[in-house]
Amino acid sequence: MRFAEPPSREITPEGVYRSRREFLRRALAFTSTAAAFGTGLTVLSGRGRGEPPAPPAPAPSPDWVPRSRESFGLTEPSTPFEAVSTYNNYYELGLDKGAPSRLGHLIRTRPWTLRISGEVARELVVDLDELIRGFGLEERVYRMRCVEAWSMVIPWLGFPLKKLVERAQPTSHARFVELRSLEDASQLPNQESNVLPWPYVEGLRLDEATNPLAFLAVGLYGGPLPGQNGAPLRLVVPWKYGFKGAKSIVELRFTRQRPATTWNQVAPREYGFFANVNPNVDHPRWSQENERRIGELERRPTLLFNGYAEWVAQLYSGMDLHANH
Amino acid sequence: MTQVRDPGVEDIARRVPGLRPRPQDWLVPATVTGSLVPFAVIFARGVTGRLGANPIATALNQLGLLALLFLVTGLACTPLKLVFGWTWPIRIRRTLGLFAFAAASLHFVVYALLDQLLMVRAIAVDIAKRPFILVGFVALVLLVPLALTSSKQMLMRLGFRRWKLLHRLTYLVVVLGLVHFFLRVKADVWEPAGYALVVLVLFSVRLGFAWAARRNRSALGVH
Repeated sequence: MRFAEPPSREITPEGVYRSRREFLRRALAFTSTAAAFGTGLTVLSGRGRGEPPAPPAPAPSPDWVPRSRESFGLTEPSTPFEAVSTYNNYYELGLDKGAPSRLGHLIRTRPWTLRISGEVARELVVDLDELIRGFGLEERVYRMRCVEAWSMVIPWLGFPLKKLVERAQPTSHARFVELRSLEDASQLPNQESNVLPWPYVEGLRLDEATNPLAFLAVGLYGGPLPGQNGAPLRLVVPWKYGFKGAKSIVELRFTRQRPATTWNQVAPREYGFFANVNPNVDHPRWSQENERRIGELERRPTLLFNGYAEWVAQLYSGMDLHANH
Repeated sequence: MTQVRDPGVEDIARRVPGLRPRPQDWLVPATVTGSLVPFAVIFARGVTGRLGANPIATALNQLGLLALLFLVTGLACTPLKLVFGWTWPIRIRRTLGLFAFAAASLHFVVYALLDQLLMVRAIAVDIAKRPFILVGFVALVLLVPLALTSSKQMLMRLGFRRWKLLHRLTYLVVVLGLVHFFLRVKADVWEPAGYALVVLVLFSVRLGFAWAARRNRSALGVH
């Protein structure tokens, strides 16, 4: 078989043929180089992740209707559920703010038992649902001030810590209560890393723990606590920096000595045992004079004891708040 | 009879594989285009509300990290040439350096304008009192003369030796940038440690080659 040779006028001139090839080659080189740089830089500077999707807001349920609501004079609007459930510090789940909401579902929140130990009349292991049934649920709308100079307003559901302390019947030797968080890398995967010593431990003086503001939260925004917010049981002490609020608590231990609390052990200059919100005591690396309320562009002045001085200042009368920061 | 066009020297050169000119004139524009992408992404996500619950902090962190990335890639150019013999990294080095300056400047602008709302007193106190902010600020200030002398004309005016000496400040800038990052994090030192390791490897390659070159020179009796 033989092909008819095309007339020479139909043959693409070599120069045109070559320049088209050349153009395509360079266009491809340009595009792939730009794409490689763009993707690499965007992924590395964005740490490779977009924003985590917010979990669905809790549906109203008769089980989660509080029998009382209290906000201690607070009239500022609550921070949207979406921000409360996607912007979290929970190092056991990951170091960036979005990681906890991506992995919070790993915490197996039921059944959940709480161990009460140390200086008590009798050591106890109690079921969380039994505690909730016994105490009933209250709603507390509190400011939450993080040591990183941001803040939120969160409607918590739970019960006063004082009720649990009374139930525990500490002995006359008990001066502190230590709150220990869950230690289980299958539920808290970042416990594989040694970024902090595990389990996370926090603590309060007994008179702080029985202050009416000290609260154990089991829910927020009318539903159960999302994992990333410390499900199923976390401490809320609104006059202190957020890191005092131990999450996923499994044990309350009453002690004679001041507990060795996690951040205070890791960096005592930066994180005091008391960690009371105080605009006059700077964190060594940033000012605590003001804060950004999540969702706002302006900065707000930070209030002494986070605005709760009326209820808690007497706990520290005569104490040097700089030395005991 | 078809007309034969005089091929010319360029055309001949183009046909001989070893002589084909490789201008790679797309390289710098491609680097510029790619480098603009992360800025565009941060801006677009900021405008559409997809920088998370604390968008100012997120933009601030991402721009800071971007500045470090540009510094590290810029510092990787010479080691890549030394190890693999590639010359193309050297041709995009200036672009990378200028983008490092741009990212660091925007990082500071976001801090001063959006984070601190131009509260001059608060910014001055921050810089004076907090080592982590001071270190970052010094790094930015040191980038200014480097950006100003980045052009070919400035290189000619300074003379290559002096220009090279001045631009060694980049080493100090990247170290300050890493210190700024280390001081910023709370307990999660792994991310800055990763970048520090990369920088350490890049510095070792340079030192290794410099040491080998000196040994060769002295072996040849050249001083």
